Amino acid sequence: MEGSKECEANLVIYLHPSKANCVNDAIHGELTSVMFTYNETLEGVILAYDPVCCSKLARILPGVEPYFGVRLKAKFIVFNPTPDMLLEGKVVKVTRTAICAEVLGFAWASILDEDIREDFKHCIVKKKRGPEGNSKHAFASQTHKKHMIKFGNTIRFVVKSFDGEMLHITGSMLANNTGNSEWLDRHVGQWSQADRVSNKRIKEDAGDAKSENKNSSKRKRDQD
Amino acid sequence: MGAPIVNELTLADFELENHVRGALKAAVQGDNDFYNQLLGVIHQKEYLSAEEVALLVTCLRAITGAVSSIDIVHHHALLAAVLRMSLWDYEVDVMDVLVEFIVSLASSSGDFVDLCLEMLVSNFMPLSTYYSEEYLKNPQGLYKKRQVLDRVHSTFQSIATVVPFSPVRLGIIVKDKMPSILQKEHLMSMYVENILMLESGVMGDIVGRTVLMALVDRLIELDVELTWDDILQDDFCKGIFDMDLEDLEGHIEFHNADSSELTREALFQNIFCGNNIVIAEKLDSLLVLTFEHLQSCYNSGRLSQVFETLILSFKKTILTAYKSKFAQFIMFYACSLDPENCGEFFANEVLNIFLRNENPEWRMSAVAYLSSYLSRAKFLSASFVATILESVVDWCFQYCKVHEGAIYPKNRSVFYAGCQAIMYVLCFRMKQMLVIPRFNSGRLLKRIEDILGHPLKPMQACLPSIVEEFVELTQKNGLFPSLETFQSRTDLENCRTFGGVQRLDMFFPFDPCLLRKSDRYIHPNYVYWSMVRNSYEDDEHEVIEEEVEVYDGFDEFACSLDKMSITPRPDNMLKMPSRIRPSTSPESL
Repeated sequence: MEGSKECEANLVIYLHPSKANCVNDAIHGELTSVMFTYNETLEGVILAYDPVCCSKLARILPGVEPYFGVRLKAKFIVFNPTPDMLLEGKVVKVTRTAICAEVLGFAWASILDEDIREDFKHCIVKKKRGPEGNSKHAFASQTHKKHMIKFGNTIRFVVKSFDGEMLHITGSMLANNTGNSEWLDRHVGQWSQADRVSNKRIKEDAGDAKSENKNSSKRKRDQD
Repeated sequence: MGAPIVNELTLADFELENHVRGALKAAVQGDNDFYNQLLGVIHQKEYLSAEEVALLVTCLRAITGAVSSIDIVHHHALLAAVLRMSLWDYEVDVMDVLVEFIVSLASSSGDFVDLCLEMLVSNFMPLSTYYSEEYLKNPQGLYKKRQVLDRVHSTFQSIATVVPFSPVRLGIIVKDKMPSILQKEHLMSMYVENILMLESGVMGDIVGRTVLMALVDRLIELDVELTWDDILQDDFCKGIFDMDLEDLEGHIEFHNADSSELTREALFQNIFCGNNIVIAEKLDSLLVLTFEHLQSCYNSGRLSQVFETLILSFKKTILTAYKSKFAQFIMFYACSLDPENCGEFFANEVLNIFLRNENPEWRMSAVAYLSSYLSRAKFLSASFVATILESVVDWCFQYCKVHEGAIYPKNRSVFYAGCQAIMYVLCFRMKQMLVIPRFNSGRLLKRIEDILGHPLKPMQACLPSIVEEFVELTQKNGLFPSLETFQSRTDLENCRTFGGVQRLDMFFPFDPCLLRKSDRYIHPNYVYWSMVRNSYEDDEHEVIEEEVEVYDGFDEFACSLDKMSITPRPDNMLKMPSRIRPSTSPESL
């Protein structure tokens, strides 16, 4: 899945003097405390870390409580989805106006109805068995009847924006390569063909427009 | 074309939604007609007719459908109006659509998550004065409370399903919006009930620690506000052991000069005067809620997990507070529920602070907690007490060896505090310790004798009442012959140096709880001095055994005792069985 990258950084971690006899634990504690929060320096949400090497010497800061700074190198896996990236998430809520999904267990995405392609229509799926109140909201494709999005499905969507502080992704399902991940994987040909057809149509329209312009400029030259 | 008039529309839901969407977009451009009409509908609150309620429900539903068009800046007025609505002011149909809106709003954008959570937290208590304390106690009020709070807590869960980190934010918001200590008692209690519901709910793993620690902080704030009547503690030569309420014969004349009947109620009124009574009663109510929550945690097998948070809170807040009066009884009660795990764990943690912490005041406070706890906790076995006491003795012994010959050794106050703790525990537990082989062996007794006879003269630095009682007991039991020549002599300089400005030498944190509702939870597992003192009289040995059995069923007694009023007779005070206590019910006077 897009959105994650590995990076390496040189860090200085400042530790309280009381941690001097358990520096490794203190370093792990400090690094753990910044996990799953957005870090501006690394430009992303830290998902994992691996301290690579740590200096044996540390500079003591002057002050009432003499913190000491330990230099180390660490590798990080950072999550920073940018617009137009393709992500996957598990659907946790479907309403008439939005689909909400959980991404990687800590981030959340919402795809609003205006960002869902017109092919998908909201419907109520009634359970065949069980009490009558067990109906669920869902989005069903009009062209491919089996292509449905409901609670618990994994969906693929395009990133519109990412709010690092709130870990919120605004997504879009306008493109044909978005929707129920399972259906998309099993019917690659259908949505990619639809893509090719729509791309071809776009190119033809563009081509028509070009030739139209050529003809009109030729006619003008002839007239002149 | 002008904006339609809201209450004249006859549209399908989705059509109204489209209108609302249009209104929201138009409001951004400056066209506020329909938008203002919506605001007008939302602002209607009091005495709504059936039609007005239906209109409000319809509008809220339409706004829910158009939530993706709401902008936090341009639609500030609408957001403020809706988020200011209180579930307490409406019936269930409006409540349901309002919570649906809150969930949709929180799900639509990260900007709204905190606002939605704050709105829900503000519904922990009713703001309207219509919901008085009396109303909330009657069946109608309880039903309304259930309706509101069930919806609030289920909405938290709905939001957490969509926004995974919302429980973390919720914990912070709950802590920040905690009512101040000046808030009315019944409202504070409601807020705390909600906190405890969160702690025991599905989000308890994430939010529980934060909210429990916030609760303990508030208990300490109330505790610190209580101005302790210093009459009882002013003169340290008066018996510390006479401080137990059951034995306050000597102090009756202090407080009730013209009253022939001492009741806990009267003593409570005298010790807590004026505003203190209000604060004491608030603290009492919150402690009772906490005790009941701990009981339910124990019943559901979660007490160990909750206790870890309580210990953290104790170390951070209770231990470091200046002479906490009653808040520490949450630790006592939790330990009494599970003596083997929580009870022993607490003693070991406090012992650790005494032995290893860097801060001398915290160490002195810790050993005061330890000695008071070991003395008063009926549920601790004698062998365990002996083990802990041995650790304190060993530390003091090592201290003596290391500082042999030093004129002004470091941490002398901590050493004196340790010695006083040893003597205090032995005053309560002497009889039990003497039958334990480990204690009764030569090594431990010799060490205690060496410590107390050391040139640092701890027996002259510690509180005279404790030293005298200890010497009397050791003489009766034939222990420590070298201390027999000790004469009670108050060394004021050492006493004051030892305790410091804070008088930590006079800190007995688990002295009897004066809060009457809380005390009912505490006393079944509590050791009163009168119980111990009577046991030292040989001819009352059989009576004491009988008392111990009855005490196990004290709770049943308490209900009937509430209706009795018994005047303590001074001449029989010493022999009065401790199970008969003055009435706590004012109606009986």
